[in-house]
Amino acid sequence: MSPSFQETVSSLLARRLGGDAENRATSVFAFDQAGFVRGTFFLVLLLVMACVPTSAQAARVGDVVETGVVQQAIRFFTLRDPSVRYALLGAVLIGVSTGLLGSFIVVRRMAMAGDALSHAVLPGVALGFLWNMSKDPLAIFVGATLAGLLGTAFVSWITSTTRIKEDAALGMVLAGFFSIGLCLMSMIQGLPTGNKSGINSFIFGQAAAIGPTDLKLMAIVTVGAVLGVALFYRQLLVTSFDPGFARASGLPVRWVHHGLMLFLAFAVVIALQAVGVVLVSALLIIPAATAYLLTDRMHRMLAIAVAAGVAAGVAGSFVSFLAPALPTGPFIVLASASLFGVAFLFSPRQGLLLRWWHQRSRNARVACENTLKAIYHLSEAHGFKGEGALVRELAERRRSTLEEELVRIRSLVAAGWATLSDDRAVVYPTPGGWQRASEIVRNHRLWELYLTHAAQISPDHVHEDAEKIEHVLGEELVRELERRLQFATVDPHGKAIPAIGEIRGTAPSRGDTTIGFRRSGP
Amino acid sequence: MNNTVPLPTPHTPRPAPTDAIPLEVHDLTVAYQKKPVLWGIDLVVPAGKLIGIIGPNGAGKSTLIKAILGQVPVSAGWVKVFGEPLKKNLRRIGYVPQRESVDWDFPVNVLDVVLMGRYGRLGLFQRPRRDDVDVARACLDQVKMLPFANRQISNLSGGQQQRVFLARALAQEADLYFMDEPFAGVDAATESAIIALLQELKSRGKTLMVVHHDLSTAKEYFDMLLLLNMRVVSFGPTGQVFNNELLQKTYGGRLTILTDVAEAVKQQS
Repeated sequence: MSPSFQETVSSLLARRLGGDAENRATSVFAFDQAGFVRGTFFLVLLLVMACVPTSAQAARVGDVVETGVVQQAIRFFTLRDPSVRYALLGAVLIGVSTGLLGSFIVVRRMAMAGDALSHAVLPGVALGFLWNMSKDPLAIFVGATLAGLLGTAFVSWITSTTRIKEDAALGMVLAGFFSIGLCLMSMIQGLPTGNKSGINSFIFGQAAAIGPTDLKLMAIVTVGAVLGVALFYRQLLVTSFDPGFARASGLPVRWVHHGLMLFLAFAVVIALQAVGVVLVSALLIIPAATAYLLTDRMHRMLAIAVAAGVAAGVAGSFVSFLAPALPTGPFIVLASASLFGVAFLFSPRQGLLLRWWHQRSRNARVACENTLKAIYHLSEAHGFKGEGALVRELAERRRSTLEEELVRIRSLVAAGWATLSDDRAVVYPTPGGWQRASEIVRNHRLWELYLTHAAQISPDHVHEDAEKIEHVLGEELVRELERRLQFATVDPHGKAIPAIGEIRGTAPSRGDTTIGFRRSGP
Repeated sequence: MNNTVPLPTPHTPRPAPTDAIPLEVHDLTVAYQKKPVLWGIDLVVPAGKLIGIIGPNGAGKSTLIKAILGQVPVSAGWVKVFGEPLKKNLRRIGYVPQRESVDWDFPVNVLDVVLMGRYGRLGLFQRPRRDDVDVARACLDQVKMLPFANRQISNLSGGQQQRVFLARALAQEADLYFMDEPFAGVDAATESAIIALLQELKSRGKTLMVVHHDLSTAKEYFDMLLLLNMRVVSFGPTGQVFNNELLQKTYGGRLTILTDVAEAVKQQS
């Protein structure tokens, strides 16, 4: 009894019961291709779903506006007005840059740092405004970036010189800087001079207020982010995954980190106008988290995060177009949160729905196999005379009603494992059904024998365990069990372990199988 | 206090191309938040040896490796790798960090991780080439993980994860290896497979320094042992070092003075 065998069995059990992970190992290329197809499919799904929150919101907001939503949508998506073009282009640029940088923030577990940084920019926005008493995008950009970086530097200063841990430091800096910003903002509101219109849009965002200078800044930052990620992709990857190893192989871990933080600050600042200080970090985190649910390769995660960010941005700016008085930020964040909700439910790996579906089909298979097993037991009790089993006897044996038993048998029939006589009295397993039944019984008895023999568990303790294991054992493990048990033929309760000859003795033989361990039914 | 066993004379033939001493450490001292954890470490490590680093918890085994690799700030001392400062010979160093040091849910597959072993050799903007992928696959094959090349890393068992890390270190094609607890949490079969691999690397003239925590196997696995407890208790061939007296010194509670002084140093500053 070696631990490795036990381990194999338990890990196998865990995987079979817990998910579809092992399917992925079967064929490397098939998996990759399937993953790609699935990825593309979900990307399209995401884009389609992206329109749902838009129209839902629009229907409500549209009532306020004179013309219908459809006309508004046509006007919006044909890009007739320059302000729409600015807003849309801005949304796309923001989606790209926050999607790219946000992905790295999420896998580096720096989401809270992103949040603190984005709140810390507010005093910089106010100071940028005070610089020449106008909403000069460049001054605000510089001020906000500096304030954000200063906040980040404060956090690392606090954590490196005191015993205060990072979460507390982040919380303090976030709130502290944000309060300074709020004070400055209300001071600006009280000033008698200057064109202070629009300064408040930095708090909750106003996509319609995006101007040509804003766009130029956005374009520069986004192109920079795309180039940076493309050129330094592997440096970013390895320093995110294993910084210690990266440093040992001579990669500039510190520089990569600083570069990432700098571009993070840029991405936050260009998104301010559209999303606002309060919610901009959500745009860093939610699209990336959505992508993380949908794939397990970094480059695909980047692509999906960008797509989700762009979709959310476009949806948000459409709302902003419909109702210019409303802040955009909450709508953009709501749109990306709905995308996350969709991924949460439908993701091929972590999705609740698919997990539920797999669980359901697994349970259905186990139920079928248990019915087959009962037929086998009944047949065994009659000394394997006759081809089928009486439904009445089956129901008696399993202490169920005739109706319940018929329901179970119908699912067997549907799976192609049995046929039912016309008067519904006798069930005849098909050759495949007999085979599966024998395999299940064989698995059950072999496992009981293994537990009593090799693991010295008393015979009255092993049945429950075998009830679970019998549905999970694959051909290789059964062979291994047979070897270890020296091809024993009798289980601990004195029942015969079905061998292949007996299977053929009761059912029409199938020439094409040797031992016939087909993994599962149809 | 000095129990260091004399090293083999420098005249013994060393395998090419390692003509310089693989690793020389002089007076290396490390402090965490001003509290010293390693005191005046001196080491001269000969080539082509499989060396175990053993000592109790908190003895500074991992810290020693990290300090040699320049990952933690050192308060004193220097390190030479193949006769030159560390930075010049990074390509000749392979590293297996502790398995728990990374997030195994990270969105990469097995081959991606092993390819990271090649990154140190690539230029600033260079992407891994066909050759690099071939090397990575060959290394995966060596640890019998090639069938798992396209698996996401969280779908691996502990022993498999350890083998992936080992394959990544192999892909570095280094001459001097540092391995931090490569046997932690692996089953017996994997452990013997790993030790066979290490033996093979040694026979090719590589030098390996391996943090190990299992005294019962230390004697049979390693040529040389470094007994460490905040300082070098002893360093030499296993046969001469692995005895009750020295192990008692390493694991016994006779280091209270060092700990007390460390505490005092911390208080002062």
